[in-house]
Amino acid sequence: MSVPAGPQAPAETDAAGRAGSTDDSRRTLTRTVLRAAAVPLASVALGLVLGAVLIAVQGHSVLSAYSALVLGGAGDADALLRTLQKATPLVFGGLAVAFAFKAGLFNIGGQGQLLVGAAFAAGVGFGLEGVPLVVHLPLALLVGAAAGAVWGAIAGVLKATSGAHEVIVTIMLNFVAGNLTDWLAANPWQDRSGSNIIARTPLVEPSAEIPTWGWLPAGFVLAVLAAVACWFVLERTTYGFEVRSVGANRHAAHYAGISVGWIMASTMAVAGLLAGLGGAIESLGVDGRFEAGVNVGLGFEGITIALLARTNPIAVIPAGLLVGLMEAGAAKMQFESGVAPEIIDVIQALILLFVAAPLIVRWLLRLRDTDDRRLTLGAGWGR
Amino acid sequence: MVAAAETVAAQAEPEVLLAGHGITKRFGPVVANDDVSVELRPGRILALLGENGAGKSTLVNVLFGLHRPDAGQVVIADEHVELSSPHDAIARGVGMVHQHFQLVPPMSVVRNIVLGAEPRKLGMIDVAQARRRVMDLADRFGLHVDPDAAVEDLPVGAQQRVEILKALYRDARVLIADEPTAVLTPQETDHLLDVLRGLTDQGVGIVFITHKLREVMAAADDIVVLREGRVVGTTTPAQTSEAALAELMVGRAVDLHGDRFESGATGVGSAVSTAAAYSDEKPAAEAGELPVVLDIAGLCADDDRGQRAVDELSLAVRAGEIVGVAGVEGNGQRELVEAITGLRHATAGTVSISDRDASGARPRQVTVIGVGHIPEDRAKHGLIGSYSVADNSVLNRYFKRPFAAGGMLRRDRIDSHARDVVATFDVRTPDVESPADSLSGGNKQKLIVGREFSDEIDLLIAAQPTRGIDIGAIEFIWRRIRERRDEGTAVLLVSAELDEVLALSDRVAVMYEGRIVATVDPRTATREEIGLLMAGAAPAEVGS
Ligand SMILES: Nc1ncnc2c1ncn2[C@@H]1O[C@H](COP(=O)(O)OP(=O)(O)OP(=O)(O)O)[C@@H](O)[C@H]1O
Ligand SMILES: [Mg+2]
Repeated sequence: MSVPAGPQAPAETDAAGRAGSTDDSRRTLTRTVLRAAAVPLASVALGLVLGAVLIAVQGHSVLSAYSALVLGGAGDADALLRTLQKATPLVFGGLAVAFAFKAGLFNIGGQGQLLVGAAFAAGVGFGLEGVPLVVHLPLALLVGAAAGAVWGAIAGVLKATSGAHEVIVTIMLNFVAGNLTDWLAANPWQDRSGSNIIARTPLVEPSAEIPTWGWLPAGFVLAVLAAVACWFVLERTTYGFEVRSVGANRHAAHYAGISVGWIMASTMAVAGLLAGLGGAIESLGVDGRFEAGVNVGLGFEGITIALLARTNPIAVIPAGLLVGLMEAGAAKMQFESGVAPEIIDVIQALILLFVAAPLIVRWLLRLRDTDDRRLTLGAGWGR
Repeated sequence: MVAAAETVAAQAEPEVLLAGHGITKRFGPVVANDDVSVELRPGRILALLGENGAGKSTLVNVLFGLHRPDAGQVVIADEHVELSSPHDAIARGVGMVHQHFQLVPPMSVVRNIVLGAEPRKLGMIDVAQARRRVMDLADRFGLHVDPDAAVEDLPVGAQQRVEILKALYRDARVLIADEPTAVLTPQETDHLLDVLRGLTDQGVGIVFITHKLREVMAAADDIVVLREGRVVGTTTPAQTSEAALAELMVGRAVDLHGDRFESGATGVGSAVSTAAAYSDEKPAAEAGELPVVLDIAGLCADDDRGQRAVDELSLAVRAGEIVGVAGVEGNGQRELVEAITGLRHATAGTVSISDRDASGARPRQVTVIGVGHIPEDRAKHGLIGSYSVADNSVLNRYFKRPFAAGGMLRRDRIDSHARDVVATFDVRTPDVESPADSLSGGNKQKLIVGREFSDEIDLLIAAQPTRGIDIGAIEFIWRRIRERRDEGTAVLLVSAELDEVLALSDRVAVMYEGRIVATVDPRTATREEIGLLMAGAAPAEVGS
């Protein structure tokens, strides 16, 4: 008798695998995507349902509120433009959290990284005059991105060299960034024209403005490209392999010859770069300047987006669009149906709660949990 | 399929402690358990045997509520039960000895054992009573542990005893253990088997999995053999032999290399004949003066607690030579391997590999010099569980050609390499895209061994290379190690299995308290001599 060729013997399944049509593999892919997206989609649905209850309890029409919300976010070119503009920093902020998360790091510093990116990009945007667009705009974006990268790298380097926890450090750096950029906007970089007393920079030069093509802001195109680039780097490059290894099993990564410290530092720099770019686009493409206090909170929404996307860089795009749409449509919803726009914050918070506590969703929807997760909690040596 | 007669009313003493009836469990295309029925009665030890991937772990995980079966029923204490999680099993008196200990490392033994079920007085934990109850249990079952020691300071054998005590403290009538002896020294194994025997005297039933036939023959009352997910035999030690069991497991006659598997049972087998059977005619290292590949001089390294574990150790391994390190676990073998391979900081001394200074080298540099390393702890260092089999097959070589070019991973090359490793080392997996976590324990080990054998190397450092691997595959891996040696690779073998060290080594270095206390020739030294050296006797006293 030869070596038994069981149902799981490689030779046999290989043949079966090759016989399988592309149709089969497409179906598996769909199933994988659906399984991964089940909890986020269900969370969104649940959040909207509970939001509807709240709207109804206040005596408003749910139908008119939600249809106004959608029309306000995607009803016409203007609405679409608003949504895409809102979504852009959300996507960047989401990527900043998701990318760091792949290395097992929790980047709470998106806010600070975004602020320095926004301020320094604006600084270059108004500070240089008579420079052609092809130089000025990329330079301003680059400086904003670099400022964010430096801000992120500080936390990464501290983590790698002294073990300082990135959550604590990034939270503190948020305060530093907030105060630094407030000071920049109120003092050296303040707009002194006319009788301005607001802590804000002058408007950026036209050569540093990010164009908008009809309803499509170029900044959003950059956001999509950034998401695809993140996916590509993580999945296709040796660097991405290293990042994911550090996140999945630090000890095995060390065994594999990966410098864990370098990966932590560089990953945080990349995360900061992404958030900084988001901030730069906000200054150069939406606000036209940097103003103290305007972008507060924007960086934190990245955490929501990343969780909703389950830290998948591609999924960050629809997650950012969804939240962007709700924020863009909130004004119209209030105008047409009288529902306070804060309901959007409540719905967002509910969605986040459900995403963060998938057990509730699985239980509510009777979604079967996988055995694998439980297995990591306990098993014998024979595994 | 399911016997309909299982409706006996539960009595004080159940007839059946734990059973599975017609259990079927599928993972995608893989049928891990196919209509499996097993039964455990009070006071008996049931041993599960089978090849790697036969479905043993799956079965016990179903019985413990970690997996939900696709078909079939679980019976606990004569009652059909629907287990939705291990808590249900624990509540019904089933305990499992875990691998990743469900223990809180810095807490004391007593606190770990009573955690979640603490005796209380006035709303506070009654520490004195807890301690007393734990001590009582320990005495009653001969499970000796220091009740006040922090769990993290205990060796793995003692941690296992804590896990057993924890289950007993919760009134477990059944203990499940999945390859508990894989990580134990022979002495610890004997002790564990004694403890298990003692438990059965008190009516506890035990299900345990092992690949070592002599443990089955020594300790089991009932034996169930699985193959490809099905029960292929149910027997008792009295009715069978090791050879018959092996044949049943694999489905073909297996050459057990008698000595390895039978001599151990009594502990007085002849090492001389063992070694003679294995070392081929050409003791490579003696024949020509082949160059020294690994040269360690005055190496010192600390363990995780900062205590010196490797103490001015010097050792050389030549090309075409297998040097086996024998020693009771915890005498610095792990730290030695980690210090050589760059996983641990060496506090003093030098390491040179292929005439290059590798003192303080990082793991990457060690790999690039041409070293293969089969790490002792496959879950911690050897694999990334969430990565595919393919990615794991290049875990420490992903950056090299042909797996990468210009910073890009070349998936096609990685996949075809993985398919090679899987085919050569008979890693049972539906495809190379499956996550490594989905492999059975032994197949994970085969994947690691296969990976480390698939590159050009001058030095192989193999720590517990066959841990968890079934008897059929051990043969194969041993053959590959010898082939490598014959091709001129230097091999440093570290194994808790003295049989393995004796069977493979050209020279045996005995390690005790961080030093090599003697280097002996396995063809002339006896097991007793080596055993004495391992226990710390001075070489002169052993007088070889
Ligand atoms: N979580 C899982 N996902 C997919 N397949 C799995 C999973 N767990 C086990 N399998 C498959 O089920 C089969 C049986 O695995 P199991 O772990 O029960 O084997 P085993 O008998 O314990 O083997 P070993 O002696 O190597 O530990 C294997 O083919 C394995 O690949
Ligand atoms: Mg197993």
